[in-house]
Amino acid sequence: MGDKADVWQGTLALMILKTLETLGPLHGYGVARRIEQTSGGLLSLNYGTVYPALLKLEQEGSIESEWGVSDNNRKAKYYKLTRAGRKQLERETHDWKQAQAILAKFLSAEPST
Amino acid sequence: MSFMRSMRALFWRLSAFFRKQQRDAEFAAELESHLQFHIEDNLRAGMSPEAARREALLKLGGFEQTKKNYRDRRGLPELEALFQDLRFGFRMLLKSPGSTAAVVIALALGIGASTAMFTVVRSVLLRPLPFKDPARLVRLYEHSADDKFPYNQVASGVFKAWKNESHGFSDLAIVSLGAEYNLSGQSGQLPEKVRAAECSWSLFPTLGVEPALGRTFTPSDDQPSANGTVVLSWALWKRRFGGDSSILNQKIRLDAKSYAVIGIMPSWFTYPEQRVQLWTPVYHEQSAKDMEVLDSHDFLAIGRLKPGVTEAQATAELSVIVRRLHDQHLDDPFVSKAANSLPLLDDVVGDIKTSLYVLLAATLCVLLIACLDVASLLVARGAARRKELAIRSALGGSRWRLLSEHLVESLLLSAAGGGLGLLLAYAALQWFVATRQDISRIEAIDMDAIVAAFILGLVLLSALVAGIASSVKISGDQVLSALQESSRSHSAGLERVRLRKGLLAMEVGLTVMLLIGAGLLLKSYGQLRSSSLGCVTDNVLTMRFSLPEEKYAQPSQRVSFFESLLERVRALPGIQSAALVRAVPGQGYAGDSGFWIAEHPPLPQGQGQYALARWADPGYFAALGIPLLRGQTFDEKARLDSPLQVIISESFARQYFPGEDPIGKHLLTIGRRPFQIVGVVGDTRFTIAEAARPMMYFPIYTSLYGNVPNEATLAIRSSRDVTSFAVPGQKLVEQLDPELAVSDVLTMDQLIGKSTLDASFDATLLLAFAVLSLLLASVGLFGVLSYIVAQRTPEIGIRLALGAQRGQLLRLTLVDGLKPAVAGLVLGLAGAAVATRMLSSLLYGVQPLDATVFAGVPILLLAVVGIACLLPAWRASRVDPVIALRYE
Repeated sequence: MGDKADVWQGTLALMILKTLETLGPLHGYGVARRIEQTSGGLLSLNYGTVYPALLKLEQEGSIESEWGVSDNNRKAKYYKLTRAGRKQLERETHDWKQAQAILAKFLSAEPST
Repeated sequence: MSFMRSMRALFWRLSAFFRKQQRDAEFAAELESHLQFHIEDNLRAGMSPEAARREALLKLGGFEQTKKNYRDRRGLPELEALFQDLRFGFRMLLKSPGSTAAVVIALALGIGASTAMFTVVRSVLLRPLPFKDPARLVRLYEHSADDKFPYNQVASGVFKAWKNESHGFSDLAIVSLGAEYNLSGQSGQLPEKVRAAECSWSLFPTLGVEPALGRTFTPSDDQPSANGTVVLSWALWKRRFGGDSSILNQKIRLDAKSYAVIGIMPSWFTYPEQRVQLWTPVYHEQSAKDMEVLDSHDFLAIGRLKPGVTEAQATAELSVIVRRLHDQHLDDPFVSKAANSLPLLDDVVGDIKTSLYVLLAATLCVLLIACLDVASLLVARGAARRKELAIRSALGGSRWRLLSEHLVESLLLSAAGGGLGLLLAYAALQWFVATRQDISRIEAIDMDAIVAAFILGLVLLSALVAGIASSVKISGDQVLSALQESSRSHSAGLERVRLRKGLLAMEVGLTVMLLIGAGLLLKSYGQLRSSSLGCVTDNVLTMRFSLPEEKYAQPSQRVSFFESLLERVRALPGIQSAALVRAVPGQGYAGDSGFWIAEHPPLPQGQGQYALARWADPGYFAALGIPLLRGQTFDEKARLDSPLQVIISESFARQYFPGEDPIGKHLLTIGRRPFQIVGVVGDTRFTIAEAARPMMYFPIYTSLYGNVPNEATLAIRSSRDVTSFAVPGQKLVEQLDPELAVSDVLTMDQLIGKSTLDASFDATLLLAFAVLSLLLASVGLFGVLSYIVAQRTPEIGIRLALGAQRGQLLRLTLVDGLKPAVAGLVLGLAGAAVATRMLSSLLYGVQPLDATVFAGVPILLLAVVGIACLLPAWRASRVDPVIALRYE
């Protein structure tokens, strides 16, 4: 457990958006579970932190929620992407990849002799 | 885009104030279902039910913790805390309604008074004049050759030279001072005497004002050959002509001559005086010869500076012109030698400036005292809750929360005070405007956005002063000491008591300053009222009139009017005496004349002497009780071209005939004709605020300026209530000439009251402020001492039980209260010694460091403060040791 990374500031929202894009409407538990699984167990996540993040995204209009019933007949609140959310995901994915590429180049530079 | 998103989020969060419980329940349900999903998964993975639940809760990171994080994101926690503070503050304030009310009233008085004064100061002094580009307008003056009058009025000939030769002004205008007309009645209206301004046609373009209706003068109206034209003020048009616009181009009769009404000015426009009701073109009204005089300073001149020209440059050029005229007329000492100028705004408000600033300073003092009172109340509350605060802060309550609680409480108090103060300010302004119609620009007074901002600023400032002053002691590492100190109720924290005493000393200091200022003004007012005019003032009625020059062209017509008027008035039953004079004492400057003494060697060239000039009927001196010191009064039978006679006043004789008998000597004056001195009479003052000046009297029935004078004041003296003669007197005038109006029907007392209005107004207001602050300060002192005594009751009980004398305790407590008062007194006396210099221009016959006032105020203050301290001290000495110790 000790080696697991914490979730970086600001990336949780992006992970949530991506999860909802991949899996479609999903409840909070499902989102948290999926993020942890996707990281291949490398990420340590307090499931509780997902909820304020979901709320923030909803307040900003990126996702919306409604109560529904799960496969095993349990009532749960389902979150799904809005159009604005999709656009935000696109943009942030692009930004993130660009930042990553820059940093990768930067870090792979050989020391000059 | 991201801005829109955060705005959206903000609205959502704001709306989360409502339906909190429902939202909480919803989230609880969501979390519950979350846990159930997790537990099911765990069970499927083969965990025991307990382990499954524990693991799910662990992974969630705590049920309540998650809920709190969620709530913080859902709403706006800072705002919610503020609301909580507000509710709490309200409850705390309502718990002690008495002291809360006292504080709110104190603040309301402070805020209300300073708002009203600020509004007046802003409207009258700070707001630009309502003219076009007012910063370029200047009033022009002559600097007299003898340096006695650096800001003298302008002579018509000097203005003419300025107009023709100067280059610094885009416009120049000249206005006569104090013109009046008889406005004849039309279709049964009474005739009326109206104040007017004779002005050059350029006055309106110079100021940049347009008429509301019609037009203003053109250059062709403003010359001797033109037909008579007149521009009416809005007020006169409404009042006398019913606001009927068909009056335009109609004729009205002024001084029995016909004038066409060509325009109506807008309602706000009154220049150069508040009282002006109509304007006529000066070059039409005055003869061409009168408009070229160099040594008679009868006019007001204004100019508009050309762009890029400074006031100093323009005035320097005017000075050169005046200097040249002076050098060309070295034989005439009354031709000035230089020019001066003032910005027009300074000129318009010059007289009232100091007293308004003094009153504003006084109200700010009252406000400060009120704030200090609030601060000491809050400190007392803080002290009572010190233990509670210490416990809360030990339990982890944030310092900021505790401080904000304090600030919110004082903000609530200030807001309530401010709201009430606003109403008060409104009422005060209504009263002020109604009382002081004489202040120029009073019509400009109104409350606007800037004043509202000022009030808001005052409220916030007072909240801050009160809040910070009282919460200084919350911060710092004093939690432990507070807990220790309050674990047993010995006595209040020394620090806190010291703070309150400091506040008190400041209050007392400010009060002392106000009291001294009020004392000085009151004493000065008293001096003013008791100074003698030099004549009888009880039961004397005056009224003014002037005979229209056209209708009374012949000297004999004027003489017979005067004679028959006096004869009829004297015949009224109950009249003691009646007289005619140019101006009675206290009625103003009225005019002067240069003179030479025929029997003395001629004066060096360029030197002149002048004295106030009056014409009067022979019975004037006896009628008003002015003593005849030597010689006799005018020859009763002298008429028209009889030998020229003059009577001089005592100071005239003293100054110009030292060690000589003036009787029989001759004055060369009024066209250098010889007037024989026939008598010397007692001095009289032309205004009550100034010592008597040399004065000469000429007989009203003889030709002076080529004719008999045409204007006069009728003075009636009676042994009983003289106001009952006002109507009969006016009726007599009407019988003699139905078209003739009288004006200024006033008793001598009213005349004096008018000229001392400023002084009495300032003194009364300042006294009210001083009494108010004395009250506030003693209430503050009383509160603090009572509090200290209550805090020390157990200690006093112990002292008594150990054998202390009650008298000793009384003394101890009294000294405790008087110490800050004495400290404040010393501070206040020092402050007043500096501050009263600002008052010196308002004082008459009193020095700014007047010993009586500076000695009297401390005595009064100590007496009041002593009484405020006595009750708590007496209570301290009455403490029953048994009861006091039982508190432990």
